[in-house]
Amino acid sequence: MTASAAAPAVALSNVRFAYRPGQDVVAIDTLTINRGETVFLHGPSGSGKTTLLGLLAGVLTANSGSVQILGQDLTPLSSGARDAFRAQHLGYVFQQFNLIPYLSVRENILLPVRLDRERRAKLGSTDPVRAADTLASELDIGAAINSPVTELSVGQQQRVAVARALIGSPEVVICDEPTSALDSDRRQRFLELLFASCHKAGATLVFVSHDFSLQPLFSRTVSLPEINSASAMIAKDN
Amino acid sequence: MGTIFRLAMQSLRSRLFTSLLTVSSIALSVTLLVGIEHVRSGVRESFAGTIRGVDLIVGARGGSLQVLLSTVFGIGASSTAISYETYERWAAHPAVGWSIPFALGDSHRGYRVIGTTSEFYERYRFRQDGRVTFASGRASEGDDEVVLGAEVASRLRYEVGSPIVVTHGLQGGGIADHEAHPFKVVGILNRTFTPIDRAIYVTLGGIEAMHEDFEQAPGAVPAGAPPGTPSMPGAEAPPVMPGANAPPVMPGAEPPPVMPGYVPPAGTPVMPGYEPPPGTPTMPGATPPVATPALQPRVDTTHDDHDDDDHDDAAAQGSGEHADHDHEPQQVSSFMVGTRNRFEALQLQREMNTDLTEPLTAIIPGVALGELWQNISSAEVGLRIVALFAVAIGLTGMLVALYSSLDARRREMAILRAVGAGPRTIVSLLVIESALLAFLGCVIGVLLVYALLVFGQGAIEARSGVHLAIRALGSTEWMYLAIVLGAGTLIGFVPAIKAYRTSLTDGLSPRS
Repeated sequence: MTASAAAPAVALSNVRFAYRPGQDVVAIDTLTINRGETVFLHGPSGSGKTTLLGLLAGVLTANSGSVQILGQDLTPLSSGARDAFRAQHLGYVFQQFNLIPYLSVRENILLPVRLDRERRAKLGSTDPVRAADTLASELDIGAAINSPVTELSVGQQQRVAVARALIGSPEVVICDEPTSALDSDRRQRFLELLFASCHKAGATLVFVSHDFSLQPLFSRTVSLPEINSASAMIAKDN
Repeated sequence: MGTIFRLAMQSLRSRLFTSLLTVSSIALSVTLLVGIEHVRSGVRESFAGTIRGVDLIVGARGGSLQVLLSTVFGIGASSTAISYETYERWAAHPAVGWSIPFALGDSHRGYRVIGTTSEFYERYRFRQDGRVTFASGRASEGDDEVVLGAEVASRLRYEVGSPIVVTHGLQGGGIADHEAHPFKVVGILNRTFTPIDRAIYVTLGGIEAMHEDFEQAPGAVPAGAPPGTPSMPGAEAPPVMPGANAPPVMPGAEPPPVMPGYVPPAGTPVMPGYEPPPGTPTMPGATPPVATPALQPRVDTTHDDHDDDDHDDAAAQGSGEHADHDHEPQQVSSFMVGTRNRFEALQLQREMNTDLTEPLTAIIPGVALGELWQNISSAEVGLRIVALFAVAIGLTGMLVALYSSLDARRREMAILRAVGAGPRTIVSLLVIESALLAFLGCVIGVLLVYALLVFGQGAIEARSGVHLAIRALGSTEWMYLAIVLGAGTLIGFVPAIKAYRTSLTDGLSPRS
């Protein structure tokens, strides 16, 4: 699980992926995201967004080419090694329903460090519970820390998901349309908190959305249809 | 693993109702399985412990099962008796340390009346080292004294001092009461949870006296009566009362015009000093006039209950008459033998079985009990199969519950994968869940068994006479629990593998 400090956060080259042979869903020749960037990855539905995120997270494996995260090519790794790499270096925020319903807010935030020893080690001497509480109060959900997650509003739930993605300081945080369920006021507030926390943690942010209005807040925008030569075909299929 | 375990617990708790239903279905099937095993071994133990420390049981020539059942369990009767001389001859055999004779064939209100000697109270053992002890009173010494088993005393509400009239034969109703020879309760035994509780013990002389009186009826010496039975001195043959019930003659009955056991209706002066209760109406049919001619005086005849009134009268009449009378036993039904040296038991058994003077069947109780149990044990296999099916049903219920919850949990799996859980973690989560359910089912099932034992022990004893000891789980029960737990864990792999596949194809985006 070597992760080079100098390497870019994400580096894709000649990546091809197909669920069924001959029907590429992702065909990206090159994509590089540097450390510390906040990247707005724009793509309408059917542009291969979800598949690309699966490749970045190491849940899917490219058929060819290399998917390097922090200098580590995920393609040749075993699925177990990819799971471990993801646990250690990645934070992930879903569009919604991010939380395990039967765990409290604090337990949800603690999940990555509880499940992975390396991720826990990244906290150093910090007590995991304290780290979770600190993140929660940064994200303005400190008061709800012991609540069952089912009692939270959607906005609060998304902030819990951010706290969970950031605990143990992963190098890369991937957000898959996390604001789509929020109204615009809350969306603004949510993004401010997200940026502040990522900045504080030194994490590279890959933010996927089809909502162009968010674009100005990011340091860089990548249009998925432009770089994914397979997306035209998918769009045609749909 | 600790985290996964905690996750599994919390996940189960979040589906509390389903989890409880699943656990209770497993618990109930475990209760059935372990409970049946408990009962089975309890019955077996109380069965095998019915008789201990006896080397041989000897009856007249016949099936060994018959000897065992009639002597130890009070079931059925031996068809032939052993002459008292033969018994005495064997009792004096150099290999014999002690012996307990039994004279069977009479009953009181459905409970067996057994003639025996004081050796019975001293030598008889059951279970580990259970002895026959008295709850009250003492052993019967005189020929009109009886000792009651615990159940007899409690069911019939007899106390020391109560009078009893014994019935000739083992069943039926009031046709041949030995009213001429009433008994008095002198002792009540402590509960033993063996057939002793359901028996009434008298002396051999008591049995003899009863039958002598029985045979006093004019001309009523039944066929097969022991030869040379002395007529009771001083007893007058009761005159047949003129104008009362005509002596009933049974169709097909042999010459004796008065049936054995026929007691003239109240009001008939039978014995000197007998006073009919004033105003007692002569009721035709009050004393059932029909009796089956007895082939064997001790055994075959049926007969039984009789009125309390009758028996009070009879008691009043009889006590003065026979109490001090000495009666020589003529025959015994069977006897138990304790050898001086246990190694001689086999030799002695062979000697008895091959003896030509009087054909006998000598059995070794342990061997005969084992054979009998073998016969019964096919039923227990059936019970076990039913119980195992119940467990299979319980576990299938769990499989259904877990499997059907999977679809709703796809998002949960995706979240776990996103935070770094591999498919293996997800498999172990589900397997641990089912193992936990099975484990809780086992624990609750076993607790339920003990709860039922604690609350049901008394009722089971009262109903079946089987004493179910509250004991630790035996190796068979532990094995059953291990099977349930193992099967429960294995079954967890079915939903787990399904979840593994879905989590691989779903990745991070379940198509929900």
